[in-house]
Amino acid sequence: MTLHARLVVVRSAFTLDLTLRAAPGEVVALLGPNGAGKTTALRALAGLISLSEGEIVVDGRPLHTMAAEQRPIGMVFQDYLLFPHLSALDNVAFGPRCHGASKAEARRAAAALLERVGLTEHAGAKPRHLSGGQAQRVALARALAVGPRLLLLDEPLAALDAHTRLEIRSHLRRHLADFDGATVLVTHDPLDAMVLADRLVVIENGAIVQQGTPAEVARRPRTDYVARLVGLNLYRGLADGSRVKVDELLFSTADHLDGPAFVAFPPAAVALYRVKPDGSPRNLWQATIDGIERHGDNVRVHLDGPIPVFADITPAAVADLDLGAGQQVWASVKATETHAYPA
Amino acid sequence: MTSSTPERAGPAAPQGGAGGAGGRPVSSDRISGRPPWLLVVPAVLGLAFLVLPLTGLLIRAPWTTLLRRLTEPHVLEALRLSLVCATVATAVCLLLGVPLAWLLARVSFPGRRLVRALVTVPLVLPPVVGGVALLLVLGRRGLVGQWLDSTFGITLPFTTAGVIVAEAFVAMPFLVISVEGALRAADQRFEEAAATLGASRWTVFRRVTLPLIMPGVVAGAVLCWARALGEFGATITFAGNFPGTTRTMPLAVYLALETEPEAAIVLSLVLLAVSVIILAGLRDRWVNSP
Repeated sequence: MTLHARLVVVRSAFTLDLTLRAAPGEVVALLGPNGAGKTTALRALAGLISLSEGEIVVDGRPLHTMAAEQRPIGMVFQDYLLFPHLSALDNVAFGPRCHGASKAEARRAAAALLERVGLTEHAGAKPRHLSGGQAQRVALARALAVGPRLLLLDEPLAALDAHTRLEIRSHLRRHLADFDGATVLVTHDPLDAMVLADRLVVIENGAIVQQGTPAEVARRPRTDYVARLVGLNLYRGLADGSRVKVDELLFSTADHLDGPAFVAFPPAAVALYRVKPDGSPRNLWQATIDGIERHGDNVRVHLDGPIPVFADITPAAVADLDLGAGQQVWASVKATETHAYPA
Repeated sequence: MTSSTPERAGPAAPQGGAGGAGGRPVSSDRISGRPPWLLVVPAVLGLAFLVLPLTGLLIRAPWTTLLRRLTEPHVLEALRLSLVCATVATAVCLLLGVPLAWLLARVSFPGRRLVRALVTVPLVLPPVVGGVALLLVLGRRGLVGQWLDSTFGITLPFTTAGVIVAEAFVAMPFLVISVEGALRAADQRFEEAAATLGASRWTVFRRVTLPLIMPGVVAGAVLCWARALGEFGATITFAGNFPGTTRTMPLAVYLALETEPEAAIVLSLVLLAVSVIILAGLRDRWVNSP
C-alpha cells in the first residue's frame, strides 16, 4: 500500500475525520459537496495544514511529521498557481532546483516533461500567455517534475471551459495511468471522478459516506447526495423478500433481501398517467406534480406524494398528458427497473 | 497610529503622494447641474496654492547662468553627497526594511500591532526630533554611540555616515509600509505551491515572494530614496552642516538662501526636477503597470 492515512482536522465548526488508502498507481477521487472537507483533506496530505490527529504514511515513511517542503508529494492546485514571473520551463524546473539539481539539469528535466505533456513550443511562455488547458498541463508537469510518490490534484479540471475540459480530461487520464505512485484527486464533478479515478471516496460533512469503484458507486448510491450525482431516485426502506417498504409504499424489486435496504431507480423508469392505468401494475402510487423543468433532451417532472420522485419523460408525453404543476397523476415503476440493496 | 498607514490594495493601486490622480471622472449622459461655486472656488484656490510656488521657482530661475551655477564645485559637491547618501540610505533601508516588512506581514507574533505602529512613528515624527533622538542614542555620549566609540572607534554624529543614518531613519517607514502592503496583497498560495515543490522558506522568499512583490519594493525604494534626498531636519541636527561631508542639497539650499538666493533657486530646481522625474517614473512604470 503506497498511501495509508488517517486525517483528523478539527476546526471550530467542522471536523474532518477520514481514513484513506491508495495502492501504487491507484487514482482515488475524493468526491463531495462544497464544504465537505475535500480540499482540507488534500491540504492536510500536502502538509499545508497540520493534522489535529492521525498519520500519513507513504511507502512506509511517516509524512505527518515532515514539513510540506520535505514531503515526497506533487500538487496541482485548482487555479494552477503557476509562478507568474517564471516561464513555463522555469516553473517546471522550480521543483528539481529546490531538490538540489543544477540549473542545467533542472531545465533538461523540465524540457523533457514539457515535451511529454506536448508543450515544448510553449516552454518560454509566461503563464499569462498560456490558455487554461496549457496552464493545467504545465501545472501537472511541474508537480510530476519532483518525482513525487503521492500526487495531489485539487479540482484539476474545474477552471476549464467545457470543450477544453473534455480534451484535458483524457490527457490527464493518460498521465495518471503512467504515474506509478498514488494519486488523490478532489472534485465535485461526478463525471471527472468516474473517468479519472479507480476508486471514489465520497465525503460529506468531513466523513466518508461511501466508497467503491465508480461502477459500484454509480449503481448503489448510499446517500441523497450521491444519488443526485449519479442521477437516481433513492429511498431507504425495510426489505422483506422481493418487496421493500418505503413509508407506506411497497416496492416490488427484482432483488431478494431482508432488513434495512435501499431502493434505487432512474428517473426515466418512472411512467406517468392521468388516470389510474388498467390492470393493477405494481409499484403504482398517486402523486402531485411539484414542478416541471427541462433536463437535457427530456423533461424532468418533480413529483410530490408519499415519496418525492424525479420522473424523466419526453416533451411529447408532457403535451399528450397535458401536465402542469399542481396536477394529480399516477406514477409507476417496473419492478425490473428498481434495484434494491442492503442499507 | 495604524489607521494613518497608507494601505496598498496591490501593485496597481496609486501609491502615496501620487494617489488620487489616477481616477478619471466617468462621463455620464445624465444632466448634471453646474458645479457649486462653494466647492469650485476653494478647489481652484487650493490648486493655485500648490502650483504657484513651483511656478515662481521656474519664473525666477536664472536660466542664463543656470549651467555655470550648476557646475560650481560646491554645488556639484552637495549634489554628489546628496545622491550618494540617499542611495546608500536606501540600500540600508532595503536590507533592513524588506525583512522587517516580511516579518510584519507573514509572521504572527505577540505585539505585532505595536511593532507596526512603532515602525510608522518616524513617518509622523518631526525630523528635528528624530535628529535629537539619534544624537541621544548614537551620539558620542549616547547609549549606543558611547559603546560604538569605545569598542570600534566609530563616531556617527557630524560625519557622512551620520547623514546616511539620519536619512535612513526618516525614510525607512516609506519602504516598510510599501513592501508590507505588497506582501499582504500578494497571493500567499503561490508560496504554498512553492513549498509543495520542496522550496525552503528562504527559497520561497527569494524565488517566489520577492519577485511577486517587486513592484511594491521598487515603488517603496523610490519613495524612500526621494524622502532621503530631501531630508533636512534630522540631518542638520544629527550630522551637522559641514561642506563636503554632511552638507547635502537641502542644507545647501537653506544656506544659499541667505548668501546668494539665485544659487538657492538653482539648487531647488534640481531637487524639483528629481521629484518630478520620480513621480513620473513611479506612475508610468511601477504603479500603473506592475
